[in-house]
Amino acid sequence: MMPELGKYAETVLSAYAVSILLILGLVLISLIRARHIKRRLQEVETKAKKHG
Amino acid sequence: MIALLVRDLKLAMRAGGGFGLGLAFFLIVVTLVPFGVGPESALLAVIASGILWLGALLACLLSLDRIFALDWEDGSLDLLATAPLPMEAIVSVKALAHWVTTGLPLVLAAPVFGLLLNLPTNGYKPLILSLILGTPALSVIGTFGAALTVGLKRGGLLLSLLVLPLYVPTLIFGAEVARRGVAGLDNGTPMLMLAGITLGVIALLPFASAAALRVNLR
Amino acid sequence: MNSVWEYANPKKFVQTTDKVLPWVSVLSVVALVAGLIWGFFFTPDDYRQGSTVKIIYLHVPSALMAINAWLMMLVASLIWLVRRHHVSALAARAAAPVGLVMTLIALLTGAIWGQPMWGTYWAWDPRLTSFLILFLFYLGYIALWSAIENDDTAADLTSVLCLVGSVFALLSRYAVNFWNQGLHQGASLSLDKEEHVADVFYYPLLICIAGFVLLFIALVLLRTRTEIRARRMRALLARERMG
Repeated sequence: MMPELGKYAETVLSAYAVSILLILGLVLISLIRARHIKRRLQEVETKAKKHG
Repeated sequence: MIALLVRDLKLAMRAGGGFGLGLAFFLIVVTLVPFGVGPESALLAVIASGILWLGALLACLLSLDRIFALDWEDGSLDLLATAPLPMEAIVSVKALAHWVTTGLPLVLAAPVFGLLLNLPTNGYKPLILSLILGTPALSVIGTFGAALTVGLKRGGLLLSLLVLPLYVPTLIFGAEVARRGVAGLDNGTPMLMLAGITLGVIALLPFASAAALRVNLR
Repeated sequence: MNSVWEYANPKKFVQTTDKVLPWVSVLSVVALVAGLIWGFFFTPDDYRQGSTVKIIYLHVPSALMAINAWLMMLVASLIWLVRRHHVSALAARAAAPVGLVMTLIALLTGAIWGQPMWGTYWAWDPRLTSFLILFLFYLGYIALWSAIENDDTAADLTSVLCLVGSVFALLSRYAVNFWNQGLHQGASLSLDKEEHVADVFYYPLLICIAGFVLLFIALVLLRTRTEIRARRMRALLARERMG
């Protein structure tokens, strides 16, 4: 059920592909960093509690 | 204040770097352009005013990180901060010293370099006028960038990245004045805009630079 | 009703966003998917632009967010400078990369669209040029954040840069307008789509804009939480080293 894009198919599809890739990349990087920092903070906090 | 200005000027002369280096860089840029675009004098005449503006801007950029760096390293910036002078005045004097040692020589050299690039004869007056009006803004904006990056180890590259976008309005109007002058068009509007930007920047930006410097000296 | 400033407390901010973030994320995904599918599959081609008109659903929302992200950073910077709330400074820091990506999307989709319509990927049209300059401002802002080690110093300096940058971005916008008119009188590259957008394109476009706004909010909330945690972590580590 692909719509008929005519002679501009490449143009439209590449615009969508580029945008979606960029957005997904940004979301992914944000999520990975969020998880990473959350885990590291927990480590540091438990260590600080033990000492403190 | 005047003592500070004289001191800065003397230092720039003695160190040699600040004074001659910008000019030499300007000359090199102007020399390299014909190698890049070809030696046709008709083409050079068209782009001469733009190249001269761009060269002056880059030469100005080159010496920005020296505005505060030396004083920061030997601690005299901390002394200046505790002096009775307000920080805004210190920043303004620094910008003025930078303009006298860098901007002014560039303005004076531009007509000579214009000869090299086959600048049309009616282009000299608007070019010099636009540079006189525009280069103070370059120094003041550059001082702001230098104040932001003063404490950083590798501040030079970052400084360019921060300052160059801020140079856009000045460059656009300055080059437009020169270009319209060459084409024999009326260049009153861009001239007024250029002067307006320079005056506005001189009046307002020292406050931002002083704020940034205070943060960095904290 | 609690005061807005309560959310300036990092702990309170994290607690509240714990509840809000899933909703915003889900809503943004729903709106984006619905809007883009509606736009891509169920709108007719424009009689002049053919199927390329479908790019509008990405181009216009991303361009809008590119500017709004900077405005949000400006407000957040002002709040930081006046009221010294860490969350505000960190939110500005969190928003910058999102704004950068939005600007990039607007530029890229515009270039891809420009190729068949104007016969060139890039023209020094005022709008294109202003967006390129905006992109440079984002780069400088992010670079300054990452160059300074001390959190408060970085927040102060980037806030000042954001204020000054806003003024210069506005100046550049007018300068660029002036500059291009000076070059080609009556440039024929009209980018003003709002005038010709018909209802068929308008409603899916609105949904896409809503989707992009929600996406921006969700990303900024998520990234601000990350920055809050990173800041706390650095503080704990510093204390450990001292003690």
